[in-house]
Parts: sequence; structure tokens; C-alpha cells
Amino acid sequence: MRSNPAHYEMVAPATLDDVLALLAHAPGVHTPMAGGTELMVALGAGRLATRRLVSINHLRELRFISTDDGLVTIGSGTTFSDVRRSAVIAAEFGLLAEAASWTGSVANQNRGTLGGNIVNASPAADSPPALLAYDAEVRLVSVRGMRTLPYREFHLGYKKTALEPDELVHSIVLPRVYAGWVGYIRKVGTRNAQAISKVALAGLARMEGGRVRDVRIAAASLREIPVRCLATEAAVIGREITAETIQAARVAMMREARPIDDIRSSAKYRAAVAGNLVEEFLRRLL
Amino acid sequence: MAGLAAVRFRVNGVERTVEAPPVKRLLDVLREDLQLTGTKEGCGEGECGSCAVLMNGELVNSCLVPVLQAEGAVVCTIEGVSVDGRLAPVQQCFLEEGGAQCGICTPGMILATHHLLEKYPQPTLLQIQEGLAGNLCRCTGYMRIFEAVRQASERGRD
Repeated sequence: MRSNPAHYEMVAPATLDDVLALLAHAPGVHTPMAGGTELMVALGAGRLATRRLVSINHLRELRFISTDDGLVTIGSGTTFSDVRRSAVIAAEFGLLAEAASWTGSVANQNRGTLGGNIVNASPAADSPPALLAYDAEVRLVSVRGMRTLPYREFHLGYKKTALEPDELVHSIVLPRVYAGWVGYIRKVGTRNAQAISKVALAGLARMEGGRVRDVRIAAASLREIPVRCLATEAAVIGREITAETIQAARVAMMREARPIDDIRSSAKYRAAVAGNLVEEFLRRLL
Repeated sequence: MAGLAAVRFRVNGVERTVEAPPVKRLLDVLREDLQLTGTKEGCGEGECGSCAVLMNGELVNSCLVPVLQAEGAVVCTIEGVSVDGRLAPVQQCFLEEGGAQCGICTPGMILATHHLLEKYPQPTLLQIQEGLAGNLCRCTGYMRIFEAVRQASERGRD
């Protein structure tokens, strides 16, 4: 059933401090809305539980990309189009730039935000595998102050995150340490464009003396949350890329993937594709 | 019943104020409150691009914009594309190349093309395909649309 907009309230306090004060005053009452590319769909379809929203789309404090010697910090209100336009992200965090380029259409990239993408916490979301591969941190802000969390600890369960009801994601922090690493990212969907992933995999590795010195492998749509594939990483770390290593990695991936059957794909297909993507990544390292 | 919000924004060069529920879709405000029915509803969930308009120069799906978030914005709809009753070059090219059939996708397609040519005045086929990937057309098979965009890029805009 279509919803009636007259049944919903939305406020747009002028500043970040005002929004945080509102969230602190009655935690959990107002649902923040950034670009609306997710919540407006749910609202229109009558699937939005909340009746009270607070717009954070206009908060300039959350829309920025800043760089210093060691870090690139991306405000949570940064749109996917902003990410695609950033020279530093294109140069140093290519996996994120690529993920941004396939996150919906241009019109949705102009509105959808990086913060919204991770707070919405879909297991199939496009940016999480890249953020996990880069070992990002998230900064969460409330009237109580700012706290920093490794992004790999942000997703707690299906659509559940570490965000407290009075908190907003302030920013996502990427360490600028990946010169010389080899990156890989691929999304497999029903079509090449405008499709939600059946499986997506991001890989990042550094080779030394013909062996894998460091490796990160992260996936979407293989578990109830976006995950680092630690067993698969363990199967290749310190090794040369041989047929044996590839086989060991495929076996490890089969064991740690917990895909499901759903409207977009089958568990069997997802697991098979995940193994193929791991192999494709490892062959990239040869 | 929640209250109404007074939202001020500029549509096709004219300052407008509407009183509406704050989450009313910009699409519905344009069509119902301002009688600008050139903007079409297709899917209503951001997949098809029929409702695309320019907001502060950026292409957006107006079905996913709560009107409160348009406060202070500059909005351009298909009604604002033509100049003094004359078709803009992009519109003329869609007409000449057969880039429009049933017409439901056309307003969004035209605005997406404007946005695309703003970014890439001489787009490659791949850039055209990507720029219009969020605009679904069930009639043309897209080839005539791509040709219309290519023609428009050659003529230059406005």
C-alpha cells in the first residue's frame, strides 16, 4: 500500500550540533535521512516503520573529503558522485572509486551518500567490500563526543550496526598506505549496470619475493553482513600463487561463505562465483 | 496528522513557495501543487528515471526527494528546458532522430542528456550509455536515443 505523506514528520535542523541535540533529546525517535535513495523508497511503499524523520542532507559539516599526510577522511554526507570526482580517491583508493561508479544510476549517485550506504547496512551494498579491504575506520558522533571504530566492527548482524540511537556516522577514514598494493574488485549481478549484486568481491594484496606478504579479501552478499574473508586470507598469506594456493583459497572460501537463496540468486551459484572471483583476484597477483 | 512545511525554492527561474507535508515527493509537488505535469512517474522507486529533474544543477530522481530537502534549491524541469517556446537543441535532436516514442521517459531522458553534456560536451558512446543508464525506455531500443544525444553534442548546447 502506498503511504500517505501527511502521516510523516520531517525536520531539518540547521547545523550538525542541532541534529545531534535532537537525537540526544529523544534517542531512536527520529530516523536520519541523507539522500533518501533508500528511505524514500521504503516510505513510498509503506515499509518505513518510523513516522519521524530528521533530514541531514543539507549538513555541510558532513560533506567533505579531506586529506593529510597519513589519512583521507570522507564525510558521511559525501555522495557517490563526490567520491567519483575525487582525484585522491581515484589515485589511491581505486576500489572505492570503482564501487561508487556502479552504485546505481547517475541520478542516485548524485543523492546517495557513503554514510547512508553503510548505515543502511544491506549485505549486498556496493561500498563495504572496498572499505573493508582498505581497513577503513568509522567516526561516530553524538553530543557525547566522537568515537572511532574499525569499520570491520561496524556491522553486527543483518541490518544491525554499532551505531547508537543518538549517533550519526561522521566520517570514514582511509589510511594512505596502499602504494604498491595490487587491487581487485568485481561485482556480479544480473546485468552489468543498475543491478544489485549477487556476489561482489574486493581484494587487495602486497607481494614480496614472489609471496603474498599482506592480503585483504572482502565480500558482499556472501553473509548476513559485508565481511572480510579471514579464512581465505589465511589460506594465501605467505604463499606463492600456485595452483595449490588457488585451490586452498577456493576451498577456504567455500567454507566461510554462507550465501542464501533469494530473489536475486541461489546459494549454490553465489558460492561458485565467489570461488571464481577469488581465483581471478589471485591470478591478478602473478 | 503531522503539519505542513512551507518550502521555498526556484523552479524554472520562478521563485515558488508551497505548503506541503515535508516528505511529500518533489515529483508530486511539481505535478500537483505547481501543475508542472511534464515530469512523469514511472516506477516511483528511483530505478527508471522518468521523474528526473535537475536540482542545483545535479540530475536527481524527484520521486526520491522529500520536498523539504528542496528548500532553497534551484530546480529545472522539462518545462524549463525550452527557450521562449522554442525547443532546445537536445529536444530538437530527440525529435529529429526519433528518440521519443510513447514519451513517458522522454522528459527524464532529456534532462539526463543535459546533465551528461554538461559533464562531457563530446561524450563517447560508453559515456552516453552510462549517463543514461538510469533512464529506462521500453519503446525505442535506445539506439535512436544515443544517436539523438550524439547529434546534440555536435550541435552544441543552447
